[in-house]
Amino acid sequence: MSVAVPVAASHERVSDEARVVDAHGDHRVRRRMLLIAGLVVSVVVLAVVTVLSIAYGSKPIPVGTVFRAFTDFDGSNDHLIVRSLRVPRTAVGLLAGACLGLSGAIMQGLTRNPLADPGLLGVDAGAALAVVIGIYVFDIGSLLGYVWFSYAGALVASLVVYALGSAGRTGATPVKIALAGAAMTALLGSFTSAILLLDTETLDQFRFWNVGSIAGRDGDIARQIAPFAVVAIAVSLCTWRALDTLALGEDVARSLGASVGRNRALCAIAIVLTAGTATAACGPIGFVGLVIPHMVRKFTGPSHRWLLPYSMILAPILLLGSDIVGRVIARPSEVQVGIVTALVGAPFFVVLARRTRLANL
Amino acid sequence: MPTVDSQLAVADGVHDATVTDVESSARRSTNRVVAQRLSLAYDDRMIVDSLSLQIPTGQITVIVGANACGKSTLLRGLARLMKPKGGVVLLDGEPIHRVSTREVATKLGILPQQPIAPDGLSVGDLVSRGRHPHQRWFRQWSAEDEAAVAWALAQTDLTDLATRPVDELSGGQRQRAWIAMAIAQGTPVLLLDEPTTFLDLAHQCEVMDLLQHLNETDGRTIVAVLHDLNQACRYAHHLIAIKGGEVVVTGTPHEVVTEAMVADVFGLAVRVIEDPVTGTPLVLPLGRGRQT
Repeated sequence: MSVAVPVAASHERVSDEARVVDAHGDHRVRRRMLLIAGLVVSVVVLAVVTVLSIAYGSKPIPVGTVFRAFTDFDGSNDHLIVRSLRVPRTAVGLLAGACLGLSGAIMQGLTRNPLADPGLLGVDAGAALAVVIGIYVFDIGSLLGYVWFSYAGALVASLVVYALGSAGRTGATPVKIALAGAAMTALLGSFTSAILLLDTETLDQFRFWNVGSIAGRDGDIARQIAPFAVVAIAVSLCTWRALDTLALGEDVARSLGASVGRNRALCAIAIVLTAGTATAACGPIGFVGLVIPHMVRKFTGPSHRWLLPYSMILAPILLLGSDIVGRVIARPSEVQVGIVTALVGAPFFVVLARRTRLANL
Repeated sequence: MPTVDSQLAVADGVHDATVTDVESSARRSTNRVVAQRLSLAYDDRMIVDSLSLQIPTGQITVIVGANACGKSTLLRGLARLMKPKGGVVLLDGEPIHRVSTREVATKLGILPQQPIAPDGLSVGDLVSRGRHPHQRWFRQWSAEDEAAVAWALAQTDLTDLATRPVDELSGGQRQRAWIAMAIAQGTPVLLLDEPTTFLDLAHQCEVMDLLQHLNETDGRTIVAVLHDLNQACRYAHHLIAIKGGEVVVTGTPHEVVTEAMVADVFGLAVRVIEDPVTGTPLVLPLGRGRQT
């Protein structure tokens, strides 16, 4: 099967190689410890942000009261706000954030395009348009109904963008894919706007949804979206090996025994599930999926074995953090999280892109 | 031209101590890679038309030919990266397109021209990815994988650079890192598409010496597309000259590299003399002014 490693070439060489194996092994072990430690720290930060997201809102509620909402629920207004508004909102933020981070990371890996993001490449816009069509034409009113429209929209949009971007002799270059994505985003967005303008009821219902918001998600939505998000996340975490081999180029991937078509299909399914779930839950939210994998890559390197779990944990930190900022900067009113992530994400991304060259994928 | 069997007999005598899978399987069959009436095309443009050849097991085979003669396409066809329009490639006697991708990957590796590693990928990680065909979801990273990677790094003299990102290496080191990945894969047959292109002379020698070393130490079958005829003569046991997608001549460098062949295949007037260092043919182009 494999070329056996010649062991006993000479005694000197053996001891030499043993030393070398140890040095290399040591480095691997140390690096792995560092990456695990980083993951633990990220989880702790996520836990802190989750607590903050429950404790702080546009209506100031003392921390003690928040705490008692769980231990000693008395049905007061404050307790109701915490239990039926802030907790579901936080839960949706956690799940959608994880999905956004993963979809961005997988999309960048699959297209080998540092600018890939479901928001930029039209996937979110496709999902959003499909949901709005579902509401307007088919009168769908619940999340369990939207989510299928969202998946279908995400799937169609990604196929069209990929087909447009890979047309012509040069194949799917990053620039062509990005251009096709931008054009599709604009086109689909204008269809969505047209429907919303035609029908004020749909507009009212989806004003918030369309800019991306996790507010007003009640417990039902959190419970309904959870199984979809869990499946999407599980599928996504299985793509790391496929992405790592695809990252070496099609020919090398094939030469290493990977089935390129099957691997790409798996990644595409993961993107549609994650982007579709996130969009169904909170509308298109940009920049999270774009920025987080780039931040993560600086620490983990390009290996998806680490990139994916890190993105999954860091993206909800950014999403919930932005949501908290949106709740407190405009008290007593709120700014939707989609706007805050764009406000935070865009300058951050400009700095990132200018200071250090973005990684070639 | 020495026969495959006599070559193997020599190899067996030298490497009694290191019996490898390669050698044992080489004893079983003569030639592991054979093309029969192979036709390869991009869309409707026929690049290789009904070509037959054999890759001698345990030797270094070099494919030469002018630009756009179908060398790289042929290599891709042999490695199952392209579906043939006609004919068949046999790997160990089986049509390669009926063998699973993963099984092919345990027998035959190919290094494409100018592969690109993602930024920040360390040499060690790149070489580790060569172990992909040996891994399953239930069997992730084993001691055997670790040993194969360490061995590949040592063979390519990259052990000290294992933690460095591939994109920060020099061209020669980078090519060595990719070769290390390919040999960590542990395939008895290794195909390389222009492994020395874009390297300076010293780095070209470094890469070719490495391939020769790999062939000599474990009898690995190596097939490379090369541009430099003199280099090809120095390192190849077996040469295949291609023109217009067809084999013009095959054999030892002495048999293949003649003034007539170069005139035919490359359309170039040359003088062929004996290489004072190695005794292999040395090709000296006449240039426009000196043609008679």
